[in-house]
Amino acid sequence: MKFRSLVFANLFRKKIRLILTIGSFGVALLLFGFLAVVRTAFGGGIDVAGADRVMVISRSGFIQLLPKAYQERMLRVPGVKAVTYQQWFGGVYKDEKNNFAQFAIDPANQRKVYPELKLPDDQWETFLKDRRGAIVGAELAKRFGFKVGDHIPIKGAIFPGTWDFNIDGIYHGRPHQDDETQFWFQWDYLQERVMEGAKGQVGWYVVRITNPDDVVNVSKAIDKEFANSAYETHSDSEKVFFANWVKQFGNIQFLILSIGGVVFFTLLLVTGNTMAIAVRERTAELAILKAIGYSDRFVMIFVLAESLVIAFIGGALGLAAAKGLTLFGNPVQGVLQVFYLPANAIVVGLLATLAVGAISGLLPALGAMRLRVVDGLRRV
Amino acid sequence: MVHVDGRGLSSSLIQVRGIDKRYRRGGEEIHVLQGLNLDVDQGEFVAFMGPSGSGKTTLLNLLGGLDVPSAGSITVAGDEITNMSRGRLTEWRARHVGFVFQMYNLIPVLTAFQNVELPLLLTKLSKAERRKHVETALGVVGLSDRMHHFPRQLSGGQEQRVTIARAIVSDPTFLLCDEPTGDLDRKSADEVMSLILQLVKQYKKTVLMVTHDPVVAQRADLTLHLEKGALVEAGALAGGAV
Repeated sequence: MKFRSLVFANLFRKKIRLILTIGSFGVALLLFGFLAVVRTAFGGGIDVAGADRVMVISRSGFIQLLPKAYQERMLRVPGVKAVTYQQWFGGVYKDEKNNFAQFAIDPANQRKVYPELKLPDDQWETFLKDRRGAIVGAELAKRFGFKVGDHIPIKGAIFPGTWDFNIDGIYHGRPHQDDETQFWFQWDYLQERVMEGAKGQVGWYVVRITNPDDVVNVSKAIDKEFANSAYETHSDSEKVFFANWVKQFGNIQFLILSIGGVVFFTLLLVTGNTMAIAVRERTAELAILKAIGYSDRFVMIFVLAESLVIAFIGGALGLAAAKGLTLFGNPVQGVLQVFYLPANAIVVGLLATLAVGAISGLLPALGAMRLRVVDGLRRV
Repeated sequence: MVHVDGRGLSSSLIQVRGIDKRYRRGGEEIHVLQGLNLDVDQGEFVAFMGPSGSGKTTLLNLLGGLDVPSAGSITVAGDEITNMSRGRLTEWRARHVGFVFQMYNLIPVLTAFQNVELPLLLTKLSKAERRKHVETALGVVGLSDRMHHFPRQLSGGQEQRVTIARAIVSDPTFLLCDEPTGDLDRKSADEVMSLILQLVKQYKKTVLMVTHDPVVAQRADLTLHLEKGALVEAGALAGGAV
């Protein structure tokens, strides 16, 4: 600790250079933070998908409907605990830009399949009795200021006309894990106004199974049950289903890693050059330190410490800014359902910034370590 | 006593025996020091003079353990430093040598106090003990009232006095001064020389100094000239006791 003043005094030798270098780290880590937010948003569903849930869609594709009568037959498949169904509604609230996911759901079984999504029982009871009732996620309620008891219109796109709903309840998921931006309403209400050909049909099924280890067998059993019928099914674990869903947007993971890699590599070049200049400028001072008894190793650590401190301060500021911005709310609701910077991304970011700091400081530090006092003093 | 013939007493503080120093520069070998001998007792103040390139600074670097000779041996206070590893030599310097350079070489971002404290950070002294030593050293050089000034806030003479305080703060065995007044005006140079003399007379320090200035050299107990890679006393034949 007694050498702290030596390290910090040197940091402030060139204030503008220090600010710019810290700024480079800060901006890079801010960008890293946002990339991590995007990655979390796309990958979050995969990470927290229920291990005991199977998604069943039409073998022809996601937009093809399935008969509601399949629910009873699925319940008879060994290993199945509960079955619910949902249907995409695709409406907008007041304005085209107010997009959010609306699902017509099966009120009798929704909570059996999604026990992690919580809301007060009295709200749920009201919803069950209210044909025009709706349950909204906490984030969605916050976004539009929805309160229990509100009456809201939704303009249908797939199902034309204006649909009136009563907000009967607000559900909450596990923090930073579950999607709290959904809008649920009764499938029976949807049936009142759908075209004749779509009556008695649902978008997809969500099946909760008894043993998560049986997910493959149960999926196969369900698909076998409906094989060679007019409405064949395709079943997958919820995890696989979400992973395939994310793949539709391209290789997000690769994109993020590529951008992140380029950012860190550029940062490495910039800070490496800065550290090399900083050390070259004070070659004589480093020689003096050695002359009066500071070891080669000390001088190396001294230079490395300087580089690491700059990296840490810049990185911490960048990550703090990224975290701070996510706390102000989700500016792209409707695009990213989950918008937060997870703790593990902060740790990875800090480790990455320290690694860049160490690598960029390593060559100048080794040069300082190898410096001969007599050579250094000649540069005075 | 100072000897340049290699026949000094084994009790001499500094014993230099037949040192050679050769450099290669641009493919050419330069033989700077050739079989140089020197014996210096405790409390002596010796000045080295000679033309540019005669090897004065090279000799000082060798005596201070900053460089190693091509041949020969240097023994200081019983320690032969010529065979020491780089790491051991660094530790030895911290214990035995105080350096004063022409260009002061203070760390510009540290105050006078912090600059003087630098050698003590390597010791096990407590913060309070370090403070006491630094205040004493700065008191000796007459800069107690400037201890929290940065080098840019000091005159050249004051900067050099801070350098001297840094050199003496750990109470080294001897001081090596390389052109300590080379960058100062006459008045400041006189002040610095008076200070060095005070260290010799009052504190019994051994001082070896390189200078170009005959006036400055006159303040030393003895002036030695470097000629053809060996030392000779001013106005005397080489090889005798002086």
